[in-house]
Amino acid sequence: MGAPAAQPKTRPVVLSEDGLARLLARLHHEGYEVIGPTVRDHAIVHGPLSEVDDLPRGWGDEQTPGHYRLVQREDDAYFGFAVGPSSAKRTLFPPRQPLWTAESRDDANFAIIEAERPERRLAFFGLRPCEVAAIAVQDRVLLHGIVEDEVYAANRADVLLVAVECGAPAATCFCRSMSTGPGMESGADLILTELLDGDHRFLVRAGTTTGEDLLEQLEHDEATEEDLDARKEVLASAAARLERRLDTTDIHGLLMGNLDHPRWDAIAERCLACANCTLVCPTCFCTTVEDRTDLAGTEATRERRWDSCFSLEFTHTGPASVRNSTRARYRQWLTHKLATWIDQFDTSGCVGCGRCITWCPVGIDLTEEVDMIRRTSEDNVAPWPMVPSPLQEG
Amino acid sequence: MTVLDVPTQGTLTSRPYQITTVRHQTHDIVTIDVAPQQHPIAFRPGQFDMVYVYGIGEAAISISSDPATPGLLSHTIRAVGWVTRALNDLQPGTTIGIRGPYGRPWPMEEAEGKDLVIIAGGIGLAPVRPAIVEALRHRERYGRIVLLKGARSPRDLVFRDDLDRWHADRGIDVHVTVDSAVRGWSGRVGVVTKLIPRVPFDPENCVVLTCGPEVMMWFSAEALLKRGVPAERIYVTLERNMKCGVGTCGHCQLGPVFLCRDGPVFSWPEVAGLLDVREL
Repeated sequence: MGAPAAQPKTRPVVLSEDGLARLLARLHHEGYEVIGPTVRDHAIVHGPLSEVDDLPRGWGDEQTPGHYRLVQREDDAYFGFAVGPSSAKRTLFPPRQPLWTAESRDDANFAIIEAERPERRLAFFGLRPCEVAAIAVQDRVLLHGIVEDEVYAANRADVLLVAVECGAPAATCFCRSMSTGPGMESGADLILTELLDGDHRFLVRAGTTTGEDLLEQLEHDEATEEDLDARKEVLASAAARLERRLDTTDIHGLLMGNLDHPRWDAIAERCLACANCTLVCPTCFCTTVEDRTDLAGTEATRERRWDSCFSLEFTHTGPASVRNSTRARYRQWLTHKLATWIDQFDTSGCVGCGRCITWCPVGIDLTEEVDMIRRTSEDNVAPWPMVPSPLQEG
Repeated sequence: MTVLDVPTQGTLTSRPYQITTVRHQTHDIVTIDVAPQQHPIAFRPGQFDMVYVYGIGEAAISISSDPATPGLLSHTIRAVGWVTRALNDLQPGTTIGIRGPYGRPWPMEEAEGKDLVIIAGGIGLAPVRPAIVEALRHRERYGRIVLLKGARSPRDLVFRDDLDRWHADRGIDVHVTVDSAVRGWSGRVGVVTKLIPRVPFDPENCVVLTCGPEVMMWFSAEALLKRGVPAERIYVTLERNMKCGVGTCGHCQLGPVFLCRDGPVFSWPEVAGLLDVREL
């Protein structure tokens, strides 16, 4: 976070399986609270990692629209799965965030006490490139808007990122279309590639000087040409399996020029407005606040929690809901994610992780919906100018 | 679009203010004044605050007091939801929470050297009141100053003292109308937008500030355009529910804009196309 980190000088190295365990131990030794993928409730979710055995070793996943199952792999891959329902958002921008408490002083007066923000040193271990890209999108929204979000900034400060390039994309993934994977060149402190040919090992590149310092403290081998070729093979194989596409050509004009397209009605016939897509999305940031008073009425706590544009009461003018139909609410979500997000934050809100497709109970697939609109659009050249972002002028 | 300096620390945290006066403007609208502040935060006409009632919640409320005295803050509130109803029932001596100011203000500088036309419907007079007060303080900067004020009925008229005072002031041309009259009302009857074609101002050299129900702003814009006012000189202020005030909670989006961050004041060309889409 903050100033761009100096470019590291070290060459790629190779860690053995033991080396991976030592890397994790090193992070604990340096005081990091390590969060990474682990198996819980029949899914691979983010949780605390005490040791490498907490990783989903030997587990893979099977994902299609509206479908997610864990499957036993035939190898001992530590990172042989695509992304699960949780993301870094759950840790950096948690579902519930205490903001402050108003303490009653007498019948008419109160004082406001800000919530304490625990100081912790966080490390993410095993994030996919799309997940790292999602953090960058949330940074843009919550750190670089007109104000810095206090809660996110406190959690995000000095977070260490250990990424693992993706060798196991799911059928719902489309990171290539969003240029967020399956490989990555920068954006994390350490970038690993799990190599399963021959000796089970990890190619490791430092993305920052912090990552470089970490590597220097670990026993490792210099990477050979074979190791580098093996990485290329992993990425090429992953890319070949990434069949799903989202054509992003003039996507802003396409969607904003088709706000009255009949396809929105067709989607609304299937969409349950359940909000699953917004909850699993690693970039959706909408929140509401709740004020709760204790039984004695002596203190009132304000908590912020995730909200969703799929709820009827999400946007209203006076007492009247603005988006009464599911059609309008789905359209709000999709046009925001893929089009107006660009007006607002100079970046797409989508990283191509496919979570919204997998976790949609009726399997609505945004890539297919955009494609349908594109193929049946009467006029792809929209009369909608991009609104200049106030962030650019500021 | 203009980006404003807003406090960067603790932006989500309210500051306690003690209510000194509650002025009942109509049966469902009050103006709440809070105790004079020693270290006031400057605001500009058209900006709003998030106002908190203990244990109940927050609502976005325009500041209705004079920007020259930011230490004497007033908010004018119509009872619509839980928070605004609670605000209508508060007594002097009670503490409320306030954070802000937020949002893009009225284009007072752009209006200099031009006629300033203000169209307000109902409680819509509250967000333009600071603009009127500021314009009258710097009367020499503007050409004609015209206020077109509409209300549903005489009993819904807010800031009656101000309207009487401004009526007597030769610096501002005040036209008040009500949609439906009652016995004893000797003023104009009819919707406020009907006044637009008839009132003296220079359509080619004016800035118009409009605040009221969305439908009133639509008809105002239509009448103003017909009279020859350039679209980009017509300003409206929009309303949607807000939770943060700084463009991160997502609630007040209208297509590409956040009303809190990019508005609430917009020029007509910025939002006319957006308001035209149903359920956007």
